[in-house]
Amino acid sequence: MALGAYVAVSAALFALGLVAIAARRNILYVLFGIEMILNAANINFVAFNRFNGDGMDGRMFAIFVIILAAAEAAVALAIVLNVYHLFGSTKPSDADLLRE
Amino acid sequence: MEFLHFHPETDFKLLLAVPLLPLAGYIIQIFFGRFLPRKGDWLLTLGMFATMCITLLMLAKAIYHANSGDGHGGAFWHHSSEAGMTWSWLFQVSEQPFSPLNLTVGILYDGLGAAMLAVVGVVSFFVHLFSMGYMKGDHRYHIFFANISLFTVAMLGLVLSDNILFLFVFWEVMGLMSYLLIGHFSHDPKSPRITHAAAACKKAFLTTRIGDCCLFIGFMMFYLHYQTFSFEGLWQATTQDVMQNGWQSWHNTAGLFLFGGTVGKSAQFPLHIWLPDAMEGPTPVSAMIHAATMVAAGVFLLGRLYPVLSPDVLVVVTGVGALTAIFAATIGMTVFDIKGVLAYSTISQLGFMVAAIGTGGLGLVAGLFHMVTHAFFKACLFLSAGSVIHGCHHEQDMRKMGGLRKKMPVTFVCMLVCTLAIAGIPLFSGFYSKDKIVQSALMTNELGGSWASAFAGIALPLAASITAFYMFRLIFMTFFGKPKDEHVHDHAHESPLPMTIALSCLAFLGMVGGQFWLANGDVMGSHPTWFEGILGIHHDYTDLSGLYPGVELQNTYVGLEAGHVEEVAHHAHSSAVVMSLIVAVLGILLATITYWRKIIDPAKFTATIAPIYRLVLNKYWIDEFANKTVIRLTVVLAKVLKAFDEYVVDGIVLTVGRINKALGFIHAWFDKTVVDGLVNLVGGLSNTFGAALRLFQTGRIQQYVSFAVGGGLLTAAWLILS
Amino acid sequence: MPDLQKPFYAGLVLLVIALHGWGLSAAGVGGMAFGLCASLVIGGALMCIWERSVVRSAFSLMATFSGCAGLFILLGADFVGMAQILIYVGGILALLLFGVMLSPPDMGERKLVRVGGGMLVIGAGVAWVGAKVASTVKWAQLPAEELPEMESRAHDIGIAFIAPDQYVVPFELAAVLLTVALVAAVYIARRRMSDYTPEPDHGRVGGN
Repeated sequence: MALGAYVAVSAALFALGLVAIAARRNILYVLFGIEMILNAANINFVAFNRFNGDGMDGRMFAIFVIILAAAEAAVALAIVLNVYHLFGSTKPSDADLLRE
Repeated sequence: MEFLHFHPETDFKLLLAVPLLPLAGYIIQIFFGRFLPRKGDWLLTLGMFATMCITLLMLAKAIYHANSGDGHGGAFWHHSSEAGMTWSWLFQVSEQPFSPLNLTVGILYDGLGAAMLAVVGVVSFFVHLFSMGYMKGDHRYHIFFANISLFTVAMLGLVLSDNILFLFVFWEVMGLMSYLLIGHFSHDPKSPRITHAAAACKKAFLTTRIGDCCLFIGFMMFYLHYQTFSFEGLWQATTQDVMQNGWQSWHNTAGLFLFGGTVGKSAQFPLHIWLPDAMEGPTPVSAMIHAATMVAAGVFLLGRLYPVLSPDVLVVVTGVGALTAIFAATIGMTVFDIKGVLAYSTISQLGFMVAAIGTGGLGLVAGLFHMVTHAFFKACLFLSAGSVIHGCHHEQDMRKMGGLRKKMPVTFVCMLVCTLAIAGIPLFSGFYSKDKIVQSALMTNELGGSWASAFAGIALPLAASITAFYMFRLIFMTFFGKPKDEHVHDHAHESPLPMTIALSCLAFLGMVGGQFWLANGDVMGSHPTWFEGILGIHHDYTDLSGLYPGVELQNTYVGLEAGHVEEVAHHAHSSAVVMSLIVAVLGILLATITYWRKIIDPAKFTATIAPIYRLVLNKYWIDEFANKTVIRLTVVLAKVLKAFDEYVVDGIVLTVGRINKALGFIHAWFDKTVVDGLVNLVGGLSNTFGAALRLFQTGRIQQYVSFAVGGGLLTAAWLILS
Repeated sequence: MPDLQKPFYAGLVLLVIALHGWGLSAAGVGGMAFGLCASLVIGGALMCIWERSVVRSAFSLMATFSGCAGLFILLGADFVGMAQILIYVGGILALLLFGVMLSPPDMGERKLVRVGGGMLVIGAGVAWVGAKVASTVKWAQLPAEELPEMESRAHDIGIAFIAPDQYVVPFELAAVLLTVALVAAVYIARRRMSDYTPEPDHGRVGGN
């Protein structure tokens, strides 16, 4: 397949990840969306790495992204649990202490 | 006798000290008088003694000059410019010597001035001495002395002035001082006559004020034409002008205005009304002001300004003077207050002086001489009356006195001497001056006088007779006969030493002040007196260059030969002497038979002529007439002006204030609505924008993400599209 | 609210078929493999955001991750693909499922209109941007002739991780980061005394 196909898939996944973050009334969907976005970025990295010759930088970066995604998922989940305990609800709109 | 020569450099400095000594005394007295021992009366009396000595010394120099042929028998006439002492009191603006703004002042010291200065010095000193006894216990004792000293300063300054403006300045100061002195008892809460005193001093001031205004207008008219204030300048300018163009109508008007000053100050009819009321002041004040100095200032003014008075003005002067003389004499007959008699006597004698000056020539000299002699004997008369009042414990009504000559011998003798003087008995000073006045009146009639001099020729001798009558009436009622009030008589006593010394000295001068008959044996006054000597006049009355050097008089004996005038004068002298003696003796006889021998009963006589008597007793209703007309008019005018001030002037001020207030309201509205509105608007806009922007700050993370994504998309779109 | 489930799933099936067809037409049978992986990825994502239940959403993520791994392998990055499956599907997905289990059931409203609308908007935007970019931008790629052969480079990756002039420092730092993150996660999620209160506060808890 051409490079463009992979980039298109990556873009679609990225968009769907944004929707998951912005349009669902549950904090966990934010986590889902973040993971989807990271995966989309990974696809991009690896695709460009394949179609640009001999180097390995893209793949290395993708591995590091996976590592960091794992760390981030753990911490994010801990934060989500804290937020749920603090505000007593899973709706992100209830955590509006930043409200002016 | 070197010291009797006149040296301008030193003598003018001495003359400058003459008014300055009492002035220094005044300044010390008003600030520190209360704290000095005996309240400082000795300080001022000593100062006045020094002044008197200087003035007598100066007079001696003048007499010596006249008698020694120093100026070849010429006149004694000096101006301070000989000593380089002229002061420019208004700075010189232009280089022209006759520029109107180059005004200088100096000292003019001639024979008239010498005599007058000596008179003022002597009388003032004796009044100070007398006051030390009379005013004892007065609660404003130190102020009294300060005031009479300052008064003397003003009179001395007036005599020494060389221009009419400065004379006027001192004239006004004297007016002020007379107000303060007559009103002396108006500050004493214990005095029973406090309101009378206040009213009297106000009346004196306002009446003389009318005269002062006339005087001011008069000399300003002269200034307008001749651009000079100095006497010399005025004499020269007027006589030159008249020699070329004759007497013009404005001369008459201005001269009448000048005479107005004398009418006010010297209590001529109709402005005489203040002088009898001025008796509210203490007796030493009456002696000084109303005998010797202030009232004489008017006569002195006529003396200084004589060359500028036109013949028509002189006619008016004679008429007014004669009228005053006879008018006041008739009133004097009916008065029972001892000081009141003397007051009317003063008015009458002033009328004599003024009438004499009006007749001109000899009359001028006679009038001025009478001023000098009158000062001495009238001062003594007033002080004697003061002594009587003091002795009778402030009883002034003659009907309560009587038989005091044994109780107060010194006072009696002094008063008798001066009464003989005023009655015009030879050997006493008054005779010599009065005789010359009558002589002048007769002379003028013979040389072709006017209706006024004819009237004077009849009125003056008649007035002299009446004078003798009422003066002796005073003597008899006070000192002779049985005492009318036992209580008063029992307590009467002779006055203390300062007062009797003053009395005696003045009486002595009243006797010998006229002709030195002891020296030259001239009892009947045929030869010129010392006064004429210092004026440089010997027999020839057409030549008055002693008084007015370098001036050809245009209003006296014009067109007449000197020899003819002298002849007429000699004739008139004999008739005058005879007439004077007859009228004087008649008057004394009448007084004797009425009041001593009690042959005619005055009460029955007055009942016979009751309506006339009532008229005279009420002083011809002059005061009431003045009240109803002049004073009422003035009060109405004052009310009109007050209404103007209240409604128009205050109205304008209030309107301005109200406009301000209205503007203030507008301003406040503007401030509240517009200015605050703008400020609120800005705040409101901030609020609105803030509220609008606040909508984005919901605190919801998902919305923040949406905004971020949306913003990113927009940016990408913009980047792609551009 | 009309029932949109059936049209959605129909559309989903159509999408899958379309993707397969696209892959077939572009690169033959290999292309169909691409189509399969792409449909797993996109289909899983769509189902994730569309599903009402959180658990089903979480499980559909598994398909997404697997599809990603397949794509990696198709691109010759076998190690990355294996790492993807191991870590994402085996670790992160489990973590997410634990999180789902620890939260209460989602009782709130489910407005799928929002989701649809969001999809439309964002999708349209991304599509447009992508199209523009694709048409105007020159991609950094080599022409097909010069592409190297696909071979397993796991050995090279291993060397890269420990070679001093390559990626040893980021590797070590990543290891430290993982440790820190684990400790931090444990610390953040610890139980507090207030956790034992019978009811949680529904209002503002703690300071502003």
